[in-house]
Amino acid sequence: MSCIIHRPNMIFPGILRKSRVEFKRHHFSFPSIFIYGHTASGKTYVTQTLLRSLELPHVFVNCVECFTLRLLLEQILNKLNHLSSSEGECSAHITCETFNDFVRLFKQKITEAENLKDQTVYIVLDKAEYLRDMEANLLPGFLRLQELTDRNVTVIFLSEIVWEKFRPNTGCFEPFVLYFPDYSIGNLQKILSHDHPPEYSADFYAAYINILLGVFYTVCRDLKELRHLAVLNFPKYCEPVVKGEAGERDTRKLWRNIEPHLKKAMQTVYLREISSSQWEKLQKDDTDPGQLKGLSAYTHVELPYYSKFILIAAYLASYNPTRTDKRFFLKHHGKIKKTNFLKKHEKTSNHLLGPKPFPLDRLLAILYSIVDSRVAPTANIFSQVSLMIGLEYVVYRFLFDLDSDS
Amino acid sequence: MMTSVYSKIFKKRPIDYFNKGKNASEDSKLRFESYQLIWQQMKSETERLQEELNKNLFDSLIEFLQTSHSGLRKNSNDWSCQIKLREIPTAALVLGVNVTDHDLTLRSLTEVLQNNVTPYVVSLQAKDCPDMKHFLQKLVSQLMDCKVDVHSKEKESDRVTQKNVHYSMDSLSAWYMSVTQKADPTMLRKRRTSSWQGQSPPVVLILKDMESFATKVLQDFIIISSQHLHEFPLILIFGIATSPVVIHRLLPHAVSSLLCIELFQSLSCKDHLTTVLDKLLLTTQFPFKLSEKVLQTLTNIFLYHDFSIQNFIKGLQLSLLEHFYSQPLSVLCCNLPEAKRRIRFLSANQCENIRRLPSFRRYVEKQSSEKQVALLTSDKSLKEETQSLLENLHVYHAKYFLVLRCLHHFTSSLPKYPLGRQIRELYCMCLEKNIWDSEEYASVLQLLRLLAKDELMAMLQNCLKVFQSSSAKELGNTAKKIEEFLAQFQSLDETKEEEEASQSQSRGLQKTDLYHLQKSLLEMKELRSTSKKQTRFEVLREQVVSFVDSLAREYLLPPDTQPLHEALYFSSALALRQHLNAAPRVALHTALNNPYHYLKNEALRSEEGCIPNVAPDICIAYKLHLECSRLINLVDWSEAFATVVTAAEKMDANSVTSEERNEIIHARFIRAVSELELLGFIKPTKQKTDHVARLTWGGC
Repeated sequence: MSCIIHRPNMIFPGILRKSRVEFKRHHFSFPSIFIYGHTASGKTYVTQTLLRSLELPHVFVNCVECFTLRLLLEQILNKLNHLSSSEGECSAHITCETFNDFVRLFKQKITEAENLKDQTVYIVLDKAEYLRDMEANLLPGFLRLQELTDRNVTVIFLSEIVWEKFRPNTGCFEPFVLYFPDYSIGNLQKILSHDHPPEYSADFYAAYINILLGVFYTVCRDLKELRHLAVLNFPKYCEPVVKGEAGERDTRKLWRNIEPHLKKAMQTVYLREISSSQWEKLQKDDTDPGQLKGLSAYTHVELPYYSKFILIAAYLASYNPTRTDKRFFLKHHGKIKKTNFLKKHEKTSNHLLGPKPFPLDRLLAILYSIVDSRVAPTANIFSQVSLMIGLEYVVYRFLFDLDSDS
Repeated sequence: MMTSVYSKIFKKRPIDYFNKGKNASEDSKLRFESYQLIWQQMKSETERLQEELNKNLFDSLIEFLQTSHSGLRKNSNDWSCQIKLREIPTAALVLGVNVTDHDLTLRSLTEVLQNNVTPYVVSLQAKDCPDMKHFLQKLVSQLMDCKVDVHSKEKESDRVTQKNVHYSMDSLSAWYMSVTQKADPTMLRKRRTSSWQGQSPPVVLILKDMESFATKVLQDFIIISSQHLHEFPLILIFGIATSPVVIHRLLPHAVSSLLCIELFQSLSCKDHLTTVLDKLLLTTQFPFKLSEKVLQTLTNIFLYHDFSIQNFIKGLQLSLLEHFYSQPLSVLCCNLPEAKRRIRFLSANQCENIRRLPSFRRYVEKQSSEKQVALLTSDKSLKEETQSLLENLHVYHAKYFLVLRCLHHFTSSLPKYPLGRQIRELYCMCLEKNIWDSEEYASVLQLLRLLAKDELMAMLQNCLKVFQSSSAKELGNTAKKIEEFLAQFQSLDETKEEEEASQSQSRGLQKTDLYHLQKSLLEMKELRSTSKKQTRFEVLREQVVSFVDSLAREYLLPPDTQPLHEALYFSSALALRQHLNAAPRVALHTALNNPYHYLKNEALRSEEGCIPNVAPDICIAYKLHLECSRLINLVDWSEAFATVVTAAEKMDANSVTSEERNEIIHARFIRAVSELELLGFIKPTKQKTDHVARLTWGGC
């Protein structure tokens, strides 16, 4: 419950409670609530805990998992089924293909279920931004689910994106929008110190968290990540205490011990250059983390001889204007007036404009001219080009664009 | 693309192809059998090599997989484990750009994992998973198959019902729970060693080509599976062709923070090639050898194009096949006792083939006249001579490779590598010509004369190891000689000190006048310059260098100086290049420009530049279009086409009316033009009416 304690925004439980009160007067609750806030600002946790502790009938669905409409609808219905049926009986799997079916089946379920009769049913859609990529009728449909089904239901959307980005062009029912602001450093401090280990006192851990936040707060405000980092580095912090070199109150000494260590952690573990298990192993062996190279250290790639030239040719073709090819790659290109050679707009660096598309033939022509020895246009060369595309060094669209151009 | 080229080559070559060939008469069956035998041996050898080379990588991977999940479970009650994020253990496997080899490596990895870690190993390819639905579908169907491998097929009906269900991660983890609980614990224990006792084995998912996966699919999958990690212990293996940075490019921080990534690097493919060459070609184990040109072609394809060991071995197989197919005397390409036996049964035709070999003719010319007559007339004496020659050839090889390795030890660490850093470069040079005639060799000797003592001793010791490791007795003397050299170098240390001591004594300067001082300084200068030439070390070094030189001159003769080398060496690099390094554009141009080249119809034979009027329509249209500029007038083209075609059909023109004939010609022209359009030579344009645009600029 620690998160809830520090949630400054206490309207939310109020709304839920109000809706309950309103219902007792035989009114329906508000049809849809939209909750947004940054990552790890407690949206999911608060919603879940509230619904659970108030013992409200609810269905919790994560939209990432339901990548098709059918999966999403079936999951809601099946969970509803579990909710309504008592423990013992296990009803068959429901199939549902369209939203229309869903509305029908939903109505049917609610009326069937005895224990849901006088209550509001909550459907929570976590990561609601995925709904936007599904069928167009889905989001407006969920927003008006109460109206469509004529049952007492509230749909709660949880998202990291503001409501304005959801609103369809055609207009829709406006949900009740609720914003979860980021935790302040004080909040983070309180929440993080809440889960102190049993062996050490709360003050000791709070001091540690204070140091940790001092290092990481500038780069990371994600509560989950911070908790993870706190646990990872805690053994190192305790080290002097365990060894008997310093007491629990000897903050200065402890700080000097941990501070460089945390800074190193920021450059490695936090960026996932080194995995957490490797980091833990390093801590145990007390070796210098500098020895272990991170993922980015392995940038050297060995390429076959012609592949290198293909890459260079692709680079040249995408950044040089076509008109300059003759000048750069032919031996006898004739004279070109230097003054007016470049048009005005070409004088800005091509690198600022990004790579341009080019046809395959041009790539190969440049390739033949930059390789010293004669290159035969063999199947091997072509397969290498396709390999380069496969490895995402060259993007296919760029090659194809002018190929099919009229 | 490449693999399909290779597979096509090998699909249509069964034994009957051997029998049909141009040299079918001579022992084709025997040749085919010996080809199969040698290839089998080579193949098993390469497989063994690959296993050995991958062993390190696989062992560390297995260790990682075994510890990753069990470690997390062991202390699940621990304070830290409750709070820490559950990360998906991930192995980033950097495999290098030789994409064609990955399949084999990953397949053997799967096998190893299934035997040692878990029965649930699934590998997915990017092209199978354009979206989440397909991704999960593939994953589930492969997992079910894994399960069938482990248990008997009694739950067949179970599987059928499963297949109708729409796949989701929920159903997958439910399935996993049911399977692992159903599984007989004793059976699990039997299959696996201690690591998974009492807990269910993890599921390993191999993503074969990480780079080509759609970012969204990967991200979603990782997010979902991290939520299910408690019920569904997943381990990911990313197959990466470029560099591990690609992980950060594909996955944002929010997603990559769900992974616990460790890096594993496979062996560099160049090292791999060196080992393969070492074990397959630079050895007397296999009688089959490649000539300089062929070896160069194969290594060039490797280094310039694909870095693929698989393709290199396929190329080797092709040259082996081509050798046995085209060279009748390749029956002698087998181990020595067997070859001797075969010589005894050679047919008269084959004897003639031997006599016709250029290397054998050169050999005969050097013999005395009676022997010449005997060799050229009597089959019996020819066979006897062949036996001894073949034996000599085998002995020559045994010594050749020893000395080659020895020379390589001397040259491989010299500055600027005049004879190459890798033994294959040295081998190529030695195959090509007399190595001692080359400039590089001279510079190597120069450099060797400048070496310090410890370097020289290290080289000698390496050489000694080479000679001692071999069982060949012929070079026993050489090993002894090297030992002697080493001993002399060792003794050098003591004598040197003595010398220095005596010299410094004699040099002590006495107090004299200016004239005497100058004189004695001059004397000392001379003394020093002369004595410098005379140090024992330098003498010894000179001896070593000339020893190496004599070794090379004696044993590293190029193979084409040896009689009967044609039986063992495959030398047709052209055939190989045609097959392996195909040039589609050139082939297309030849086919259209010179139809005789492929159709072999005498009527089509023509001189350069003129159009044979009996050629296929498309060829005529193609040739006419070659003469045009970027835009082609269709009317002109059609008229030119009609002129050429009617010239051919003048004789039987009477049968149909000119009206009808014109229509037929018109239709043929249109067909030819549309065929050209299909092949991508022209395309319609809107710049001018009745014109088409040319897409190529003349023969490529």
